[in-house]
Amino acid sequence: MKYVLDFLLNAIPLGMTFLYGSTGEILTEKAGHLNLGIPGIMCVGAAGGCAMIQALVLAGNVPGVFIVLLGLLASFLAAGLMGLLYSVLTVSFKANQNVTGLTMTIFGAGVMRFIMAGLGQQNHAYLKALPIFRYPFSNLLPGTSWQYMGIMVYLAIIIAVVASLVLTKTKVGLHLRAVGENPATADAVGINVGAYKYGATIIGSGIAGLGGLFYIMNYAGSPEAYKSIETLGWLSVALVIFALWRPHLSIFGSALFGALYLAGSYIPSIPAFQQLGLPMSFTQLLKMLPYVVTVIVLTISSVRNKREDQPPAALGINYYREER
Amino acid sequence: MSKPIALEMKNISKSFGSIQANKNVSLEVYHGEILAILGENGCGKTTLMNMIAGIYFPDEGQVIVDGEEVVIASPKDAFDHKIGMIHQHFKLVDVFTATENIILGVKDAAGYSRAEAEARVKEITERYGFHMDPHKKIYEMSVSEKQTVEIIKVLYRNADILILDEPTAVLTPQETEVLFNVLRRMRDDGKSVIIITHKLHEVLALTDRVAVLRRGEHIGTVQTAEADENMLTEMMVGKKVSLNIARSEPKDPCDRLTVSHISCCDHEGVKLLDDVSFTARSGEILGIAGIAGSGQRELLEAIAGLQHLDSGEITYLNPKTGETVNLRDRTPLQIRELGVRLSFVPEDRLGMGLVGNMDIVDNMMLRSYRKGHSVFVDRKKPRDLAMEIVENLEVVTPGVTTPVRRLSGGNVQKVLVGREIAAAPKVLMVAYPVRGLDINSSYAIYNLLNKQKEAGTAIIFVGEDLDVLIELCDRIMVINSGRITGIVDGRTAVKEEIGLLMTGSIPAATADQGKEEGANG
Repeated sequence: MKYVLDFLLNAIPLGMTFLYGSTGEILTEKAGHLNLGIPGIMCVGAAGGCAMIQALVLAGNVPGVFIVLLGLLASFLAAGLMGLLYSVLTVSFKANQNVTGLTMTIFGAGVMRFIMAGLGQQNHAYLKALPIFRYPFSNLLPGTSWQYMGIMVYLAIIIAVVASLVLTKTKVGLHLRAVGENPATADAVGINVGAYKYGATIIGSGIAGLGGLFYIMNYAGSPEAYKSIETLGWLSVALVIFALWRPHLSIFGSALFGALYLAGSYIPSIPAFQQLGLPMSFTQLLKMLPYVVTVIVLTISSVRNKREDQPPAALGINYYREER
Repeated sequence: MSKPIALEMKNISKSFGSIQANKNVSLEVYHGEILAILGENGCGKTTLMNMIAGIYFPDEGQVIVDGEEVVIASPKDAFDHKIGMIHQHFKLVDVFTATENIILGVKDAAGYSRAEAEARVKEITERYGFHMDPHKKIYEMSVSEKQTVEIIKVLYRNADILILDEPTAVLTPQETEVLFNVLRRMRDDGKSVIIITHKLHEVLALTDRVAVLRRGEHIGTVQTAEADENMLTEMMVGKKVSLNIARSEPKDPCDRLTVSHISCCDHEGVKLLDDVSFTARSGEILGIAGIAGSGQRELLEAIAGLQHLDSGEITYLNPKTGETVNLRDRTPLQIRELGVRLSFVPEDRLGMGLVGNMDIVDNMMLRSYRKGHSVFVDRKKPRDLAMEIVENLEVVTPGVTTPVRRLSGGNVQKVLVGREIAAAPKVLMVAYPVRGLDINSSYAIYNLLNKQKEAGTAIIFVGEDLDVLIELCDRIMVINSGRITGIVDGRTAVKEEIGLLMTGSIPAATADQGKEEGANG
């Protein structure tokens, strides 16, 4: 029982990394743009946030609240800038979305490595702000797995719920979905297609960027943590499919993905498991779980072929007005 | 007419490149009337209406709404002037409900309230007698339901002038009657309704006035009560124009391809071809006349093995062996090898016949690559063929290695038709081969077809210009809504007669030959 609780306290916060990424990606995809740059954008978000936090920590005497707020803001803006770049290329210049996205991922990962190497020269001072990000449990129950349940966990859930409400209950959401489903129709009724695409991509990228910062400052909390962000970013893209393009389903999906991702390393560390004497290759199989589950969900949703569960109809297709 | 004028168009002209779509058109529409814009396809009906709906912008002329000159540069401007158009291809978001589609893009005065929007939709539905479930998703709807959503969408934006582009093309007779009742109710409510159509009986049944367009020009407007079918047909097709296309007598024609009782439906269950029977003979050009989208494309594709048939048979008499073959059981490739060639020039010329990014030689090879025996392709013969076509058909191109997409439309067409003819087909099908071509290129194509005819090929020619059909073809078959309404002799045919057959004003005549064998296939 002790292991179950401990496992959940690790898995759920880990999942929030995916939740940030997938909420951001869902917004972008709802506008009809398949942003494969999300892993790179999360990297840039992490680097931007850490750089700001490090600067504030080294400046000294900055209240914790400001460190958190400015850190989040810097992360959001850095990632949003990547979203702007992606939008300029794919919305205005109509570049191929897949190629642009993959380029953004490679570029973003490189930018992060460069910045993190720079931050490392001052001993990764941003990690000193770790207790602030892990508020309140780092003070209440120090040293336990509860510490991972920091403020950004709740922020992720709030953002996902708000995104879900905006998409389903407001006119802005209705217009955004129309743009992603059928941009020609949206254009014909006077919706500014370009503005919605830019807006959704930039805000979505910003949200995804917070996921990168979250992983370092709330979950992993180590100087080496940044190296895992790109991998986690790809899982966020998979989570979008798993959640059937719905942010509120993504909340549960992210917890599940967190659990599945963690299972591969956590389960072998349980003494009871070690006594079973299973071969090492079995633990490698466990690490496949998130991907296997995504394939299963994709298969089931394809077979059921329910229209509401399909990706936005115009996903990945650039919109040319002249063709109407 | 005592009713006030709602919309006035003055001297509107519009060209696309060298093609004049509308020339000096002046029209007025009154409040509380139903006006028909009548004309053959390609006469500029839709272009004219698109200019007041904000899709196109006129080159010249004025648009006056309720006495004030306006500029309509986008569909939104049109809505602002209370003009709404229901296009043939619906602009709806499939996964949205009817209500969501209707309210899309409308600026709400006081915040967005789903309940209020639904109440308004309900009010409009009841006022005009629509039948619509506001919560039904578009993808679950029939074509007629989707059309209803489009109409309500326009009414929701307070449109006073409604333009419907071929609204009955996709409807069953019962649905058409329901639609007409709704339109009459709108007229009685003071709205102006404009319907674009080529169906004479609908014009006579529904409208108050008819404006006839021909080749982009406004021929005249008449009160429907004073009009009849003969008069409108004559206005539509005009007097015969002599073109002096050479036509030789068919040399000992024999049956080459017999189509008997074929039918097929689209995925919505609408009949595309309905019990079509005819025979194509060797050494003869069989013309097919009809309003665009009456089933010409499906018919040619059925013969080429590209269209699934629900019933009927297509028998091909192989002149080499004397055997008869049922093409319905054959794959498109087998059909091609029997010598049946489809040179289809669809709306998108490059779409079906040529690969735009490949050069002329490579496009020739698309038809010959199977012939080689070595692993490597033989580029010599296709190159010779390409050079020959470029020379004989006077294709204007920098060279045979120029990508086809860089050629002008007419030259692309010459390459396509030239390639199909070079395969020495036994049956050659061409659809709109001169669409968009200048006069000289058109005559070059007619000559090519005539040469093939003299060589004993059975030619099926789908055309849109009746004058050309009458001068080029030995027999002309007329198709209307997937049914053959008559087959006439090209030498004695009269334009008005074909026009009436095209619009379905004459009940289906019996086909020229009563081929009954295989009718149960």
